[in-house]
Amino acid sequence: MSETSNGGELAYSDSHLRAILQSVQTIAMVGISPRWNRPSFFAMKYLQTKGYRIVPVNPGAAGQAILGEACYASLAEVPGRIDMVDVFRDAEAAGAVVDEAIALRHDKGIQVVWMQLGIRNDAAAARGAAAGLTMIMDRCPKIEYGRLHAELSWGGFNSRIISSRRRRARIL
Amino acid sequence: MTGPDNPNKTRFGFETRMIHAGAAPEPVTGARQTPIYQNTAYVFHDADHAASLFNLQTFGFLYSRLTNPTVSVLEERLASLENGRGATCCASGHAAQILTFFAFMEPGDEFVASNKLYGGSLTQFAKTFKKFDWHGHLVDTDDLDAVRAAIGPKCKALFVESLANPGGVVSDLEPLAEIAEAAGLVFIVDNTLATPYLCQPFDWGADLIVHSTTKFLSGNGTSMGGCVIDSGTFDWGKNDKFGGLTKPEPAYHGLTFYETFGDLAFTTLSHVVGLRDLGATMAPMNAFQTLLGIETLSLRMERHCANAQDVAEFLAGHERVAWVSYAGLESDPYHGRAQKYLGGRAGSVFTFGVKGAYEVGMRMVESCELFSHLANIGDARSLILHPASTTHRQLSDEQRLAAGAGPDVVRLSIGLETLDDLLADLDQALHRAAAKTGEKAAE
Repeated sequence: MSETSNGGELAYSDSHLRAILQSVQTIAMVGISPRWNRPSFFAMKYLQTKGYRIVPVNPGAAGQAILGEACYASLAEVPGRIDMVDVFRDAEAAGAVVDEAIALRHDKGIQVVWMQLGIRNDAAAARGAAAGLTMIMDRCPKIEYGRLHAELSWGGFNSRIISSRRRRARIL
Repeated sequence: MTGPDNPNKTRFGFETRMIHAGAAPEPVTGARQTPIYQNTAYVFHDADHAASLFNLQTFGFLYSRLTNPTVSVLEERLASLENGRGATCCASGHAAQILTFFAFMEPGDEFVASNKLYGGSLTQFAKTFKKFDWHGHLVDTDDLDAVRAAIGPKCKALFVESLANPGGVVSDLEPLAEIAEAAGLVFIVDNTLATPYLCQPFDWGADLIVHSTTKFLSGNGTSMGGCVIDSGTFDWGKNDKFGGLTKPEPAYHGLTFYETFGDLAFTTLSHVVGLRDLGATMAPMNAFQTLLGIETLSLRMERHCANAQDVAEFLAGHERVAWVSYAGLESDPYHGRAQKYLGGRAGSVFTFGVKGAYEVGMRMVESCELFSHLANIGDARSLILHPASTTHRQLSDEQRLAAGAGPDVVRLSIGLETLDDLLADLDQALHRAAAKTGEKAAE
């Protein structure tokens, strides 16, 4: 663990993650790559197919379109509402993204800041939580969505979910 | 290294997970038991969906050589029972071993393994792997200095069995895990004989677990299968040994597995590169039979171990028996480790020595009427074998002795039958073998 972490185990309940993924509609992905074989591009493409609107944010790709969506240089330049900010930056840079989200939370309606798998900044998470934001660290929304909807299991993964209830069949 | 704070653990108990993990009701029909998807390929929604699947950008089924919905239920169940992140099932235990090493070994690379492994593993590691220019150094892993001394700069892994077949050796997993971690190696534990019911290798620092699911997991001698389970906690990027996971993969347009998939990387790679190109896929029907077996694993293991303990005690006091190697016996050198690593139960596969060596051993095996003479273990039926003339035949005399398969050794796999019937069969076979070979009965 880096100096941005206190090393304690992060634990988020399935119901908490499910509630976040059910409540948000528009997700700004900060640090997304326009290259099709990068992890962030995978996550954007997958979450689009699940009905989310993804707004790319990356100063290096501003003005381009990524997967049909205009890319912006910063959160402040994104027009309209942002429900969740998904951070594809390293732990230190993620701190600045969190501060920007705190500053914009009322203007943009930001509810959640989610740091990607492998990214953890405990101090920034504490600032965000104090400002009323829901903070998630070191998780991937694509993997958590897939896990909670039994798609991750198709790849042989341990979803940790056990249920005898019949899920509603969906068009995938 | 995983240890007891494993994030893959759930609040559900082992027996609940034996029955439910991976197997929710089928959503379209409501079928409660896992359907057998005897099916090779899966229809795409459209060209973009197909591209997403081929690019590994979405979850889904493409072709059953890589993934199949019945096999994936078994994979999740085994990952759950071992408290791992993910699992890859394949055609056999031997296939699981190739698949495991294939993920990170390059030509010229080395690994260290116990010299007391199952004979088939010793042959695979010491002979067949050489054709890939992979080099397994076989050492006595009870000698920790010998393990350290065998680790060279090209060494990438340490491999042991938690409970060895057939010698009854219980590996000292905790210090071996520390050696592997200090040297930056991946620590692989074959947990076939112990099963996850007796031993939880990730709790002791294993990084990967392999199984022959053919044995106690399927439990009825019906279905071949293997599995490798990833803890998800090994840092493949901590040194430059594991380029297979940390360098761009040309067959997927330069995708880097560890960066893209994180703790899912090993299991993803094992399916979409390993199974794709090695082709040793588990059949859906075998996955179904193995799932059925696992539903009763804890009940069977309790009975297997109880019968084995009583048979071992009976043989230890028998006049035609020279020695018994079973960690359930208090006099056994591995008794202490069985308490620590196996919850005090020593499994149901063990060896004993007949008085009179090779000829008597062979005759004894032939004289059984209830024990089946065959080359398998972990069946509901009791099984018997003379390793020196069968499973360990390919090895040198020295390797056979090191592996606990000397000329007098008889291997038993104790089944679920009535105990008295098992004792009576062994008793008559021991006496008949002695009579046939002219061995004098003890006074």
